[in-house]
Amino acid sequence: MLALASPALLVILLLIVLPVGWLAWQSIYHDGFTLENYRRIFSEDIYWRSFSLTFEISLLVTLLALLLGYPIAYAASAVPKGWSVLILALVILPFWTSVLVRAYAWLALLQRTGVINQFLQYFGVIEEPLALVHNTFGTVVATVHILLPFMVLPLYATMQKIPNDLMQAGASLGGSPSHTFWRIFLPLSLPGVLAGTTLVFVLCLGFYITPELLGGGRTVMVSMLVSRNVELYNQWGAASAVGVLLLISVFAIFLIVGRFIPLDRILGQK
Amino acid sequence: MKTFSPGRIAFVLFCSLVLLYLILPVLIIVPMSFSSTRFLTFPPPSLSLRWYQEYIGNAAWMQATRVTLTVAALTVLIATPLGVAAAYAISNSKLRLMRIVHMMLMLPLVVPIIITAVGIFFVYAKVGLVATMSGLVLANVMLGLPYVITSVVAGLQSFDPAQEMVARSLGMSRLRSFFAVTLPQIKASVLTGSIFAFISAMDETVVGLFISGGQYQPLTKRMFTALRDEIDPTIAAISTLMTAASFLLVLIASTRQKKSG
Repeated sequence: MLALASPALLVILLLIVLPVGWLAWQSIYHDGFTLENYRRIFSEDIYWRSFSLTFEISLLVTLLALLLGYPIAYAASAVPKGWSVLILALVILPFWTSVLVRAYAWLALLQRTGVINQFLQYFGVIEEPLALVHNTFGTVVATVHILLPFMVLPLYATMQKIPNDLMQAGASLGGSPSHTFWRIFLPLSLPGVLAGTTLVFVLCLGFYITPELLGGGRTVMVSMLVSRNVELYNQWGAASAVGVLLLISVFAIFLIVGRFIPLDRILGQK
Repeated sequence: MKTFSPGRIAFVLFCSLVLLYLILPVLIIVPMSFSSTRFLTFPPPSLSLRWYQEYIGNAAWMQATRVTLTVAALTVLIATPLGVAAAYAISNSKLRLMRIVHMMLMLPLVVPIIITAVGIFFVYAKVGLVATMSGLVLANVMLGLPYVITSVVAGLQSFDPAQEMVARSLGMSRLRSFFAVTLPQIKASVLTGSIFAFISAMDETVVGLFISGGQYQPLTKRMFTALRDEIDPTIAAISTLMTAASFLLVLIASTRQKKSG
């Protein structure tokens, strides 16, 4: 059986395990062992700022996605079948649209001469165009948009399995709709919340295209730090060290969450 | 149950707005691509096919399109058999080791794409695979494998392995019984997996940004570079075509899935 899996495994070993291992090696070895690359990250302000900005943005994006995604998933699990198919289709269609295409669409919507600014000016709501993009705001709006399906789908998968009888039982015992929601439905949906928030947070930590195109050079997330060190400064060691720290953060989060819910439940979504 | 309380109306309104937020950016590129002016204006002036002509008439865009389609097709051709074999092994093995293998095969979904991209770039730079077709295809096979494996493992879960046992007890070899009995029944999940691998290869941007170059630049790399400089409506036309292709493929995948139950 192992033999059947070995061609696929070989591809994975050569094209992701080896490259990432090489990256880790380069971060500590340059004509001898050195921790210089890591020392720099912890001492230089720009690295530290980028890491904390990335975590802040990821936290904000995750919260917003939960706030927007929970009601959608709830609606999809509570309405009759025809409606829930429609809701899920509206969630899944953007999911299968290229991230690059969606970043472009947001650029077109949010820029100074973009659709939203022109719309608002046309109707006289604003005089001067608003600065909606090339900043953190634009990055967050587009990132939430791209990651929202990753929140809704695990939430929906969990909610769908909550038996309706439980809510009816709660209601027949005199619980008001809001009471049965808070005391029965919400606690039972928590595994989905954990799966969705973990997925969105971790994916956001590694986001590259969206902040690069919509951040306007000011929102330097960790991924951009990696790419700049490679492309602009040719600092492979520094890029590798930043990458290793990002990877450790991601694995640590998966390990911690994996103690509460099985990991394939989080990853089975996409 | 059907009461129209203020809370209920607010909830429906909220959900509608969120769904609008989800779908609007995907749809907005369509009217943009048919606009007759270079700058976006609201309301749009007249319709034209100008940007589609610009795309089709441009040799660089056409070359990039050929690269993308070739890479995506080769990716599917390689990733599908590898993924099906691995999924079959995962579903039929009770070895503990297989669980670890399964997790390793899912790594491309877990490792942040920028790390994968830079790592592959380092390795390719050593072995001379940067800016080559084979390098691009190999990387996309790796990225597409998890989609094929996930889909086929799910397909195999609803398949009764006893059927294959029967075929083998009647004297068929394991290989023949797989092709004669198992494969026809998991066809839909294999198709779904390969369609997702195709879309993944077509949309892949970050790895291509680092490892592609020269005449072997995929569409997404050219789009990304163009987007950094200016908003060229040609990109709206290309985006519309790419999105239409994705939707069509997902539609095929989901109808096939339903037919086979």
